[in-house]
Amino acid sequence: MIDVRNLVVRLGSPPQAVVKRVSFSVETGGSYGLVGESGCGKSTVLRAISGLNPDYRGEIEIGGKVLSPVRPKEFYRSVQMVFQDPYGSLHPRKTIGAQLLEPLRNQRLPRSREAVFEALTSVGLNPELRYRFPHQLSGGQRQRVAIARALILEPQVLLLDEPTSALDVSVQAEILNLLNELREKRGLTYLLVSHDLAVIAHMCDRVGVMQAGQIVEEVEADRLRAGTLEHPYSRLLLEASQQYGGSTEEPLTMNGAA
Amino acid sequence: MSEQILERRVGIRGWLLQPNPRGRTQATAQQLYKNWQRFCGYPLGLVGLAIIVLLIVVAICAPLLTSYDPIAQNMANRLAAPSWEHLLGTDEFGRDVFSRIVYGARTTLYIIMLVAVIVAPIGLLIGTCAGYFGGWVDEILMRVTDVFLSFPGLVLALGFAAALGPGITNAIIAISLTAWPPIARLARAETLSLRKADFIAAVRLQGASAWSIILRHILPMCVPSVIVRITLNMASVILTAAGLGFLGLGAVPPSPEWGAMASSGREFMIESPWVIAAPGIAIALVSLAFNLFGDALRDVLDARGSE
Repeated sequence: MIDVRNLVVRLGSPPQAVVKRVSFSVETGGSYGLVGESGCGKSTVLRAISGLNPDYRGEIEIGGKVLSPVRPKEFYRSVQMVFQDPYGSLHPRKTIGAQLLEPLRNQRLPRSREAVFEALTSVGLNPELRYRFPHQLSGGQRQRVAIARALILEPQVLLLDEPTSALDVSVQAEILNLLNELREKRGLTYLLVSHDLAVIAHMCDRVGVMQAGQIVEEVEADRLRAGTLEHPYSRLLLEASQQYGGSTEEPLTMNGAA
Repeated sequence: MSEQILERRVGIRGWLLQPNPRGRTQATAQQLYKNWQRFCGYPLGLVGLAIIVLLIVVAICAPLLTSYDPIAQNMANRLAAPSWEHLLGTDEFGRDVFSRIVYGARTTLYIIMLVAVIVAPIGLLIGTCAGYFGGWVDEILMRVTDVFLSFPGLVLALGFAAALGPGITNAIIAISLTAWPPIARLARAETLSLRKADFIAAVRLQGASAWSIILRHILPMCVPSVIVRITLNMASVILTAAGLGFLGLGAVPPSPEWGAMASSGREFMIESPWVIAAPGIAIALVSLAFNLFGDALRDVLDARGSE
């Protein structure tokens, strides 16, 4: 479904390569995780795929078609993104309902009350919330709204940029489980970026470990759960997360394995 | 505030405080009501608002409030002191000063309303475009803005008014030309901080065009601070208008305009101070009102202050 070949992204002035010849592919219905410390370029990869940053070199192929750096309008019907910070990704002065209709308006699709109802219930929210403003919702509710907004266009690919790192732990698990359910139900393809190995292990089939703009190791998620990684950097990352995470992240990993 | 207590309230207040709005109108009304409640915590702002409302009411009801024609002369009764017959006395042509102040409110309101209506969209559009597109669009628009900003407002307005000839319409054009650049600057600064926001990125990822992003998503975010800015600017607009009137570049003589009234009253300041005091106080009061109102509004809308 997603094929990225030799992706190079240069940012800043003077331009420096933040992503250096990254290649990976995700099959339809699969879930691929990019993991690495902050600043390793994983979010930049996501932004290049999403079309937010058209200034890249290399090839990005989605659904068998090589994409032009500036995307046509229809592209966004098949690829949508969920952002890291649910406090910043919703328009502060528009009601939830209005924001959910926005993608349909932009894609010139019919807008209806039912679409909003459907979108809110599909992410486990009460449709009565549609006349609230974002500041009247909790972080978890907002992230659900952001997911609903991404899914209202019925995309095949969902790009997830640290979708839970701004939420507290109990809500994190809820959102991750919701995302897993939605993937199963709708046959979505996920590309998930996170610095949290437990989240990746819970969500993904395959994992790419990124360091300084390169994928240093690519493994099946089973191996990540088992803790048998080869590259010294991946092992360092794993060790660090085990020391740091402790008991709170253990159950998540177990759930994912089961 | 606990939601259960609020839920028990009924009537319009209950409707405004209901935790679960049932429609878009109610949701918007609730937001407005919340802001109004906060505004009520600023007594000086309320005083300002009261004076502005009074100005509007007086301007609308001018014929009902006065018993004299503001331009009818009565040379037999010139420079009469304030009395029950002429509340604020008469001027050098025997015209009733109170009537002229009341009708002058119309002129003032007319000027500030038109200036606001002209300046806000121009400033917003130029500022948001410059901020959103960046690059050479930003360069061109901001250099033009700088040119207008580099002259003191009153001097520029004087120049335009002198070139266009005296008259209220020309005064409005002259004032508008000097009043839009700060609005554009403000809108640009707001846009720059919004452009990188995730909620704008999310809209871009829906395939929205740049124009629809600017008009539907960025502009509404800039509106509150622009409203505050314009309200605070109103005082200087009133003063500039009065200044143009005073120098004979505003309203043409017989029509009542506070600045022109003050100018003609200057000659008789010692013998008949009411002729100049009345318009002077009116100008000061209304400018003060807009400043007080604007200050409170800024605190309520939590917009970043003036530059």
